[in-house]
Amino acid sequence: MQKRYMSIWFRHLLTDGLARRRPELKALAFVVVASVKNRVVISAASAWAEQEGAFTGMALADACAAVPGLLAINEVPGQAAKLLRLIGLGCIRYTPVVSLDLPDGLMLDISGCAHLWGGEREYLKEIVLKLRAAGFDARAAIADTQGAAWAVARFALRQPIVAGGAQAAAVAGLPPAALRLAPEALEKLKKLGFEHIEPLLTIAPQSLRRRFGPGLLLRIGQALGQVEEYLEVLVLPVPFMERLPSLEPIRTVPGITIAIENLLKMLCLRLQAEGLGVRKAVLKCHRIDGRKVQVGISTTKGTHSVSHLLRLFTLQIDKIEPALGIELFVMEALRTEQMEVIQEQLWAESKGLADTALAELLDRIAGKVGAEAIQRFLPAENHWPERSVKLAASLTEQPETAWPELPRPIRLLPVPESIEVMALVPDHPPKLFVYQGKRHTIAKADGPERIGREWWQDSGAHRDYYIVEDDSGQRYWLFRSGHYDGGDARWYLHGYFA
Amino acid sequence: MESKQQVISKLRQELLGWEGYKPPLPGQRAQLGLGPLEAAFPQGVFPQHSVHELVCASHEQAAASGGFVTGILSLLLQPGGVCVWVGRARRLFAPALATFGVAPHQVIFISLHKDKDTLWVMEEALKCPGLTAVVGELREMDFKQSQRFQRAVENSRVTGFILRNAVKLSSTACAARWQIRSLPSTALNGLPGLGFFCWQADLLKVRNGQTGSWSLEWQDGHFVPLEAYKNQKERQAG
Repeated sequence: MQKRYMSIWFRHLLTDGLARRRPELKALAFVVVASVKNRVVISAASAWAEQEGAFTGMALADACAAVPGLLAINEVPGQAAKLLRLIGLGCIRYTPVVSLDLPDGLMLDISGCAHLWGGEREYLKEIVLKLRAAGFDARAAIADTQGAAWAVARFALRQPIVAGGAQAAAVAGLPPAALRLAPEALEKLKKLGFEHIEPLLTIAPQSLRRRFGPGLLLRIGQALGQVEEYLEVLVLPVPFMERLPSLEPIRTVPGITIAIENLLKMLCLRLQAEGLGVRKAVLKCHRIDGRKVQVGISTTKGTHSVSHLLRLFTLQIDKIEPALGIELFVMEALRTEQMEVIQEQLWAESKGLADTALAELLDRIAGKVGAEAIQRFLPAENHWPERSVKLAASLTEQPETAWPELPRPIRLLPVPESIEVMALVPDHPPKLFVYQGKRHTIAKADGPERIGREWWQDSGAHRDYYIVEDDSGQRYWLFRSGHYDGGDARWYLHGYFA
Repeated sequence: MESKQQVISKLRQELLGWEGYKPPLPGQRAQLGLGPLEAAFPQGVFPQHSVHELVCASHEQAAASGGFVTGILSLLLQPGGVCVWVGRARRLFAPALATFGVAPHQVIFISLHKDKDTLWVMEEALKCPGLTAVVGELREMDFKQSQRFQRAVENSRVTGFILRNAVKLSSTACAARWQIRSLPSTALNGLPGLGFFCWQADLLKVRNGQTGSWSLEWQDGHFVPLEAYKNQKERQAG
């Protein structure tokens, strides 16, 4: 496929960024300064300051002499890169491949994107107008090569769109500075009288190499498309990603649902072809106010069933705030999993933990109430009741040890509750106990079952557990903490037996 | 020409079908092994594809109902069957399920705090044909909600149990309403301590069936009616 690149140039990146944050600066002539070798030098000048004669690279003292009342703001290191990054992230709505072109531009790989906006002219217009509306003095150009797009964006006065294969003609009339050369090389070219790129193209490459080194040849090759040039993308595109731009901003639930369904259909078709299933997916909604809202889902088992994924996303729709409307939906499958291809059984006899319907149910529950609510217990090698079960990490994890055979209460109080007891003989089960003001006379009792504390976990007294039954047949799990004659023996109710 | 009796019994069968009592699938066990309890239900079959409601007035009754339900679950869950237990956070103590013949790791617990969430999760779970049974612990449930549950299980053939610790009992569309109370256990051959778990199971309401009351004991993975056990003991003694 023929590559197309778009270069965006911000003429006053830093000052526009500052004015955006502090609107009172908009109508002022101001400069951003940084100290270089004990001199305070202008590193960026606003459009007004440039009009009045303060330019980038001037010493601040000179500029102040030329422009009375010039406002100087200290530069924060790395601010330009930060600003560019933010703008770049905003541009991801136009193409997934965005790269920073420091110090003052962006490079976009727009191959196959422009037609979604109705052609390159409209695409370029849309981006430039959006950026200008945001307060940035931006210029952009589209060409087959990055070099040509860069040159045209910065140096050509008209025709920002270079037709396919016409980059040589487009850059021929531009000055050598359009070739992204080092200042020394530019100086040399200027001395030798090269005003335009065109004469350079007619000289044999060997002579150019001898005179100017390989740098110039590389840049010429890149601009003309003879040498491949690669982009360092800002955000790595997800392999399984689908985009759905909408002509009209969407703000209603049915609209969003339709968008999600269409995206899922496209995504699942691709996944199905590769035998993959979604484990984690995210829906990013780009709103017309420039903000981005996103919702995510995850599944317990890889799936490419549109209906199931749609149901999971439907549960999340109320978290999407459309505000003024959503103009672009992006669906990304962040994590995918190889799916086992199983022939569907006609008579599904074994309803096990591996059942797809069960996995789908759990996904829905996790989407609604949170995954931490779903628990499966396995026996832990520990006698202490509170630590005798552990949470299973997955649906298919099997117990490593057997479940204890000793009787355990079906309801366990999260914290043992203090009771008052009367025991006839020390080290005997109590005769009666009072819990929450209610008296229970004990008819039968089993025990004690002594459970010692693990000294390496925590310190404290051991517990002597008794299973007791009161005269109406209700069964309880009581324990005495510590030895009877220890003086600090306390009785607790810890659970109810069936 | 069919006789009047035949026509009436045929109509009765059809009515039962419409009310959610589906005849067991061919090849499936008709009897669960609940002993005398099963006779109370229409056609003598424990309604598996409907929702049962267990009234629990106190913690003790909730524990007894939990044990009783787990006992039924052990009969319902054939090897590989899965049960979902929807309840309040960390109430049920999983190892106890093993006592009643249910492998605790075959049960998926959903611990929730709000009744609203519990109702939603229960309904979704009851709709899921991949499950065998769903147990839910609820505080209150209205008639409309119970109707939704009943409609869900009629399609999915899941058995639903609701442990309801309501203060006042409103009417519901559940197929049966139980109340389970603990009974003093009988001493085993005069040995000291507790015997097998003993319950008084009251069937307060049942659609198209007979209400009743039974004393049951959980013995080695089976429900044993207490009277029969007593008789057996007497016979042994005599």
